[in-house]
Amino acid sequence: MTGSDVLKTAAQLRAELGADYHDKLMEAIYTDASKIADRSVSHDGTRARLTFDRALDRALTHPVWGFAVMGLMFFGVFWLTITGSNVPSSMLADLLLGRVYGALHNLAAALSAPAWLSGLLIDGVYMATAWVVSVMLPPMAIFFPLFTLLEDFGYLPRVAFNLDRLFAAAGAHGKQSLTMMMGFGCNAAGVVATRIIDSPRERLIAILTNNFSICNGRWPTLILMGTIFIGASAPPVLASAAAATSVVTVAVVGILVALAVSWGLSKTWLKGAPSVYSLELPPYRPPQILKTLYTSVIDRTLIVLWRAVMMAAPAGAVIWLTSNITIGDASIAGHMVNLLNPLGLLLGLNGIILVAYIVAIPANEIIIPTILMLTLTLGGSQMAQAGVMLELEDAQTYTVLTQLGGWTLLTAINLMLFSLLHNPCSTTLLTIWRETRSRRWTLVSALLPLALGFTVTFITATLARLFGWA
Amino acid sequence: MSVVVTGACETCPAYHSAALKKLGLNVENFDYVVALAGNPNTGKSTVFNALTGLRQHVGNWPGKTVARAEGGFAYEGKNYKLVDLPGTYSLLSTSTDEEIARDFILFGQPSVTVVVVDATRLERNLNLALQILEITDRVVVALNLMDEARRHGLKVDDRHLARELGVPVVPMAARRGQGIPELLDAVAQVAAGRFVTRPHRIHQRDARLEQAVENLVAALNQEFPGLPNARWVALRLLDGDASIEQAVRDRTLGDLTRGQSVLPAPVSDRIPLEVAS
Repeated sequence: MTGSDVLKTAAQLRAELGADYHDKLMEAIYTDASKIADRSVSHDGTRARLTFDRALDRALTHPVWGFAVMGLMFFGVFWLTITGSNVPSSMLADLLLGRVYGALHNLAAALSAPAWLSGLLIDGVYMATAWVVSVMLPPMAIFFPLFTLLEDFGYLPRVAFNLDRLFAAAGAHGKQSLTMMMGFGCNAAGVVATRIIDSPRERLIAILTNNFSICNGRWPTLILMGTIFIGASAPPVLASAAAATSVVTVAVVGILVALAVSWGLSKTWLKGAPSVYSLELPPYRPPQILKTLYTSVIDRTLIVLWRAVMMAAPAGAVIWLTSNITIGDASIAGHMVNLLNPLGLLLGLNGIILVAYIVAIPANEIIIPTILMLTLTLGGSQMAQAGVMLELEDAQTYTVLTQLGGWTLLTAINLMLFSLLHNPCSTTLLTIWRETRSRRWTLVSALLPLALGFTVTFITATLARLFGWA
Repeated sequence: MSVVVTGACETCPAYHSAALKKLGLNVENFDYVVALAGNPNTGKSTVFNALTGLRQHVGNWPGKTVARAEGGFAYEGKNYKLVDLPGTYSLLSTSTDEEIARDFILFGQPSVTVVVVDATRLERNLNLALQILEITDRVVVALNLMDEARRHGLKVDDRHLARELGVPVVPMAARRGQGIPELLDAVAQVAAGRFVTRPHRIHQRDARLEQAVENLVAALNQEFPGLPNARWVALRLLDGDASIEQAVRDRTLGDLTRGQSVLPAPVSDRIPLEVAS
């Protein structure tokens, strides 16, 4: 007897048993389970907690209030993040970009280090790293614990429940909302999380749209733009509320784009009906506050920050080199910026921003430092040479970008949109390739959001120009 | 041979838990492999962290762990490799996370499988526990979230449950660290074979079905003598499980009889996603 004989026997028996075999097996399991459970469990009639859970669920998953609470909750999280990180961010900037930077240059001068070396190490590597730390650390140290507390409490599955109808209407799997939420931390993690979706079609939709969840690397860009351009244009009392609103708006636009793209995919390339699934709403559990603070600061914040630093340091060197090695009449970075400037301006951005997005393919975290360094050096500014980057707080950043970079409100808004709509970082792309084993889908996942980004920013720029706003 | 009088202290599991050494990611030279299975959101990762000292991300939502996580611990002089499996409701369907769990319990041949069950939702959790008991005899049931059950006014009789299932049942509140010493003790006993389980088998009420299973088990035993989970393999073949059919065809199933671990490559490397366009 061989293996194929066993299979033949199995097939024969299967045919004899008929189609309800699976159901009968399940029935046998369920019957046994319910019998055993019945004999082992008794209750004493006090079900107070359950009613509390139920009441809370009724509010949090209500068709109208559920969404209102959701909006408020996320607005609250971002408002706390933005207001809370203002002070520590500027303190860190003051320290790292001001004093330490100055001290390092003094040290280099004392050691009479050659200008190219101190330039490369201090103006390049150190500056980029210090920037990433001072811009990213405070918001992440606030955002992660808050988000983890919500997660620990059991709120995330309720969000998935609320969004389920929307995803079903878009022809996608309801669990996609859970994978998108993972994406708000890191898109690569979100892509791996799509394993909870059984249907390959819906899983692929979830993978291709995960990029529309704004990841850690992109929050700092949004928060900074929201703070210095949008928050600053509102009355001071409302500044952080306006900034938080703008950030939440971009995040919500991201969710809407994910839904729209899912809908489009399920009507064209990935046709099919959404599959039925059950989502368990776990009990609410009192969050373990201290433990959460510890793990989210140590494990998430520091790990993400470390990754950003590892990316920022070599990127800083690259930026410094490209903007200091000259070919002909301009530096390499200058040539690149000049080449991309017409396209950038057409999109309401500029050449520097596009170059920054090319440099930042490995990690989105370094977008802002790259933009600032290029703006300062290419602007031929007295500031950069005089080292006025010393105290580049929000106000100075605003000055640099508007006066030296020629930025307007449109540039800021389009940068926020482009930050949402562009190719995923290289780590995410690699993960997508590993999960799909398909070059074609990996390519689609890179080009689709990029095409969307170009289209959307072109439209906003054109409209703004038509109406004379920019 | 001298008579050893064991005092109350030595028989108390808490006494032994001092012997727990959390080895973190160090899983070299292990004596036993322990798998952690269970429904989603029952606290598998919490138990994993408590035993290994690692800090796998823990979240209150189903589906958080989608890949296997591995860690190690040492207890009473033996080294254990602990594998945290994705949470699943059943082992009978075919999503990727369920396949990871199923393949590991079947092909990875863990020395002990700890099934973490939610005491507040016992019936639904038992559905999975019973399926696991069909695959492997070496099971310990961790009856977790006992604190929540108490808050909900539920009383779960763990001793009765242990009798019904034929395997050790350890009441726990892993979030508070309660029950960890007892769990370690039960795992060590089952791993070393000091506790011989007599697992519950699913009762087939349909004589025709039972007959078919027996026929197929006979055929399997002839082809793969000593196959430890012939009955479960038969059940799956009758259901037309493609990956089990594949294991029969390429004879990897035969390796199970020789006690080899034939775990396929990590799942992340072999997820096919061929979607027709």
